[in-house]
Amino acid sequence: MTFTNLPKFEGPVCPIPLRHEEQIVMGHGSGGRMTAELIRRVFLPYLASQPLLAGNDFGSVNLPAGSNLNGTLAVSTDSHIVKPLFFPGGDIGRLAVCGTVNDISMSGAVPLYLTASFILEEGLPVETLERIAQSMQAAAAEAGVQIIAGDTKVVEKGKGDGLFINTTGIGWMPPGRQIAGDQAQPGDVVLLSGTLGDHGIAVLAARGELGFETDVQSDVAPLNHMIQALLEAAPHTHVLRDPTRGGLATTLNEIAGQSRVSIWLDEKGIPVLPAVQAVSELLGFDPLYIANEGKVIVIVPPEEAAAALEALRGHPLGKAAAVIGEVKQDSPGRVLLRTSIGGTRLLDMMAGEMLPRIC
Amino acid sequence: MKFVDEFRDSDLVKAGLSEIHRLVTRKWTIMEICGGQTHAILQYGLDELLPPEVELVHGPGCPVCVTSLELIDKALAIAALPNVIFTSYGDMLRVPGSQQDLFAIRAAGGQVRVVYSPLDAVRIAQQNPDKEVVFFAIGFETTAPANVVSVLQAKALGLKNFSVLVSQVCVPPAMHAILGSPNNRVQGFLAAGHVCTVMGYWEYPPIAQKYGVPIIVTGFEPLDLVQGLLMTVCQLEKGQVEVQNAYPRAVSFEGNQAAQAMIQRVYEPCDRNWRGIGPIPMSGWGLREEFADFNAERRFQVGHIQTQESTICIAGQILQGLKKPLQCPVFGALCTPEKPLGATMVSSEGACAAYYRYARNPLFPLSLSEGRVA
Repeated sequence: MTFTNLPKFEGPVCPIPLRHEEQIVMGHGSGGRMTAELIRRVFLPYLASQPLLAGNDFGSVNLPAGSNLNGTLAVSTDSHIVKPLFFPGGDIGRLAVCGTVNDISMSGAVPLYLTASFILEEGLPVETLERIAQSMQAAAAEAGVQIIAGDTKVVEKGKGDGLFINTTGIGWMPPGRQIAGDQAQPGDVVLLSGTLGDHGIAVLAARGELGFETDVQSDVAPLNHMIQALLEAAPHTHVLRDPTRGGLATTLNEIAGQSRVSIWLDEKGIPVLPAVQAVSELLGFDPLYIANEGKVIVIVPPEEAAAALEALRGHPLGKAAAVIGEVKQDSPGRVLLRTSIGGTRLLDMMAGEMLPRIC
Repeated sequence: MKFVDEFRDSDLVKAGLSEIHRLVTRKWTIMEICGGQTHAILQYGLDELLPPEVELVHGPGCPVCVTSLELIDKALAIAALPNVIFTSYGDMLRVPGSQQDLFAIRAAGGQVRVVYSPLDAVRIAQQNPDKEVVFFAIGFETTAPANVVSVLQAKALGLKNFSVLVSQVCVPPAMHAILGSPNNRVQGFLAAGHVCTVMGYWEYPPIAQKYGVPIIVTGFEPLDLVQGLLMTVCQLEKGQVEVQNAYPRAVSFEGNQAAQAMIQRVYEPCDRNWRGIGPIPMSGWGLREEFADFNAERRFQVGHIQTQESTICIAGQILQGLKKPLQCPVFGALCTPEKPLGATMVSSEGACAAYYRYARNPLFPLSLSEGRVA
């Protein structure tokens, strides 16, 4: 029973309950009034959409008008953890939106809708959460996607790292698109949309453990618009893949394995910012293995390579795009690098955690 | 990058390589001491570009690889203690002890932290006065100055909760051990540039003379390595035995004397057990008695731990230049970077890891003929 007509008066009869508007407490994950309050105060102002405002446990959506109900749906899900939550060039909210938008885009599909699940750690300042919601709003607007469903849970202090976000995305896959990791063919050309390692180095620097500062910004960005431009210019694109964790080397190894081909890279052609190169060499990292959040590897038949490169370079996120290698038939499953001095070596997958070396 | 790219200039590298091809008339076996050089050689595919007469064998200059199993087991025992924050350079974490590694200790709740500098460990000790903070002070002469500074600073700050587990080793005694061995094949040395940055190269002329081998102080970029190799081959072909410096932009004959003085103040020479090689007399440094309060081995009473090496792993023979990683029966099969049997497969400077990463895998022979110069 509720008395909605009573005056708003939390009188002196009982101890006044603290309102916990400043930081997350366990009650925010109860599913009760505090949860509703948090959603109303923090999430809806930034992430509202028709399906969300409907207040159901599901979001019901339409395929875009242009689809004429042709094609299929592409679905992808990804959980996002990053320390620190805010880093130069982005934050966990932007990462959560862009990560899933990009995963959908790599299939050649047009990302349309996202869901967002938050796992909050007790004690997280609500102001922090609000900044993240705001950043998600901006990233979703940039990508042109709507957030249509969400969930919030709270874990005890010490059981989470401030905030984890899972996002699931749905996209429309136009009929006839066959873009996947197993589609690379001998003779294809390998392109990369920009410089490697910016995200990994920006996050590492933001942790303050490096002992020096850099002005490297994370590249985290939604790639869907650039991908659509690319696909118009190079409609027979075979593979799209974003080199996130494990970096370019690990991602190309996956593709070489799936497609049963070898991929030959030319070290001189791989774009890396001087600052990223310098930090990597000081710490014993290899930019080819560092995570990116706003780059795409494009593998196209040779006759579309020039158009693909032009389309990438014509987009603000692809200005530094370059041809980095080619696909061959021999030594299937391997990625090889022609070194700057003319030697050749294997590029293996990353073994485990990337460790800074001793000296 | 300025001052680096110049030393990766492919035209200059090719010119140097052609000169080596032109000069060489017979087989030579040259050892690069330092693991950093081993990795650079394989990373750039330099070994593929050398004439077949020049054989490079990979030396014991990887501090992670030669740290004795016993010390790693001691480190693991200390790191597992409840009130300890154990700090280490990153690549020690994956080195297998006799039972487990530091990753396993961390997963089991132990506090193991990667630091980029020993001074970070001192800072952690300041920030956690109720914890014991231990730094794993491993390395050759290169890391010694930074490692001793941490002890000096902890002393100056009056820290009672900071200690170091020292596994400090030196290059010249290892060169004596290799060259003095009846199985020795090494005819010329590339001395480790960064060790010499600290120590200079005044220690080397007696070694060169005693064993009749040219020693060339060499850097780490492709052009440095080609230059070092060219000078070595040049001496070998002419029958000269000299110590030369191919890395003058970083190394002087005397070295960094302030650093040497600091090392002398904190450390004294001691016998060291080298993983895979065995004991080499007076081949390392330990804390002087004056700094015994900072000795983690004493503080945590792990002196009794004594362990034996794996019998399959041939890391010892690899570190002495007697065998190459591909001659190991378990290379790439039972022993991989994910599941290493010996430290040479783990470290970013280990010869086995370099071979594994950069494609010299016998299970998948590669034709690299495209890259040849000559």
